[in-house]
Amino acid sequence: MIPLSWYLVLSALLFSIGLFGVLARRNAVAILLGIELMLNAVNINLASFWRYGNTAQMGGQVFAIIVFAVAAAEVAVGLALIISVYRRRKTVLAEEIDLMKW
Amino acid sequence: MNFWKDPINVAADWLKNVFTGWGLTDPYATALVYLLGAFTMVALVMLLDVFLVWIERKVVARFQDRVGPNRVGPFGLIQPFADIIKLLIKEDITPAGADKVVYNLAPVLSLASVLLLWAILPLSALVYGVDLNVAVLYLVAAGALGTLAVIMAGWSSNNKYALLGAFRTVAQMISFEIPMVVALLIPTILSGSMSLKTVVERQDIWYVILAPLGFIIFLISAIAELGRAPFDLNEAESEIVAGFHIEYSGMKFGLFYAGELLHAFTFGGFMAVLFFGGYRFFGLEQIHPLVAVFILMIKALLGYWVIMWIKYTVPRIRIDHMLAFNWKFLTPMAFALLVVTAVMHKLLSGTQPWVYALGMFLSNVVLLLAALEILRTSARNQRRQEEAALSAIAQTSSH
Amino acid sequence: MDASQIIFGLTALLIIFSALRVVTTRNMVHAALWLIVTLFGVTVLYALLQANFLAVVQVVVYVGAIAILFIFAIMLTRREIRDSGPQLNRGWLLAAFISLAVFGSLLALLYNAPVAGRLAGSLTGEDTLMALGQALVSPDAYVLPFEVASVLLLAALIGAVYVALNKKQESDQ
Repeated sequence: MIPLSWYLVLSALLFSIGLFGVLARRNAVAILLGIELMLNAVNINLASFWRYGNTAQMGGQVFAIIVFAVAAAEVAVGLALIISVYRRRKTVLAEEIDLMKW
Repeated sequence: MNFWKDPINVAADWLKNVFTGWGLTDPYATALVYLLGAFTMVALVMLLDVFLVWIERKVVARFQDRVGPNRVGPFGLIQPFADIIKLLIKEDITPAGADKVVYNLAPVLSLASVLLLWAILPLSALVYGVDLNVAVLYLVAAGALGTLAVIMAGWSSNNKYALLGAFRTVAQMISFEIPMVVALLIPTILSGSMSLKTVVERQDIWYVILAPLGFIIFLISAIAELGRAPFDLNEAESEIVAGFHIEYSGMKFGLFYAGELLHAFTFGGFMAVLFFGGYRFFGLEQIHPLVAVFILMIKALLGYWVIMWIKYTVPRIRIDHMLAFNWKFLTPMAFALLVVTAVMHKLLSGTQPWVYALGMFLSNVVLLLAALEILRTSARNQRRQEEAALSAIAQTSSH
Repeated sequence: MDASQIIFGLTALLIIFSALRVVTTRNMVHAALWLIVTLFGVTVLYALLQANFLAVVQVVVYVGAIAILFIFAIMLTRREIRDSGPQLNRGWLLAAFISLAVFGSLLALLYNAPVAGRLAGSLTGEDTLMALGQALVSPDAYVLPFEVASVLLLAALIGAVYVALNKKQESDQ
């Protein structure tokens, strides 16, 4: 049998890897990929707490489904913004999109 | 004669006992039995795929008023094997600059996404891979895998036309997934479950009689999902130079081609299960499981024949016409049909079977007539607008 | 070792390996493909947790839509065919340290939590799919967050289409 802690450690590890991807990558799309990893880690957490808790209480799965919807919305908007920025500045490297900084 | 009544479980238990007798502990023995079962299913399906190549070539020949392959073996039955040998001994070319891993993985993924579907197809009451309670969604998920294979093929070929063809194919496939999902919800509503085995068991009246429009929508969107004619602008050799599989030759192309034919046959099988009663046929299926499998195969072959019939009769549709047809006609009609089916199912749920069937059938007919009337009116208005614009231009130019 | 433990171990290895490849690979399309492998690993995890609906929806939504969106966006935003230059920015050591610190603190939290050693209860005989469907549309369950999430998705997609629209034709007039 698999104790709950295995799932939680796995999702913590996935979250940390996604966090590293967000903080350390130059390409804006790669940052979004890191965010997707973090959202998946959160979903694993929610699903495993649903399963290892009261399975009649559907809140865990419903929350995970809403996270799917929100992740899809966020990816769509983020990628639209990146494509729009790329059309103007011809770059997607996050450190080069700095026109509002002095 | 327990084996005749329930072949799969008896064989699985016997195999498990054999493995346990050899010393394997329980989880490994079960896993090995499952693996062997999956392997046997895949082997039989691939053998069927070879047979499908022969059917395809004979049927296209008959539609085109010729004979088809008849030299290699009796009635040309050995022809597909000759084709396979030819494809296998061809040179294995990987284009320069192509991404090797992705390039070689794409045809495998394309075929795998079709083979995954055979796990949920109920071949008879006791012969099936798994009775998944989300089987209808699993169907959509396997379609998504096919889309991925197309993108991988198009991008990794290092070829602009392949990439362009892959973009168009993916746009077509994901566009037509929406009416397909909605049409798949119709048998779900009518039977109350997403599990395909339950859908078959509850089909006392075939769902094609209760929701013929749903079947038509599913048929059209399935043909578009498959990428077959008349929706094959993206991969026909005379169009965008064969689209995303332009750089594939030899057995890799063979995998794409065989995968496409098998996908068509699998969708024929799913049409049979969802709309034509599956392995049931007025009680004949209870004689023996193999009779039920035979019934399902006949129905699937009929569905496959309808798909081939449409392919070799209707001319190709342009991509913008195709997408406009999907978004402006098929998707709204699918949603309207879903609402109508749900409402009528609730209204008629307590009545006699023939009242129920007649009510559902008539509601479908009314919806189709209303949709056609809307189309006709909008076409008439558009024509009137164009004529008014033309006459306005003629008047201003004559001044 | 149990069968489910073996499957969990292999899947966890796959997920961690492909997640590491996502954040370290130089070729962006490869990063998207490794993300797809990670998403498939998470699907297997959902299936292990007997959340069938989540597993299938993960493939349909994440692999079938979001990952394809990523691949399209990557192909539309490349200056050249080969990606050049380092893919990690100047502060990557600090980022690695921060993520290790986050992981360590999460582990410490879990080590002290009493819930973490729990084993799963049995699930046979319940129809979780029906319960999930009823929870999503029942007024005293979660219908309001469900409807709000769908409106959010609609608004986000309309906004995304508008933002990404090529307005060059309009500015030429």
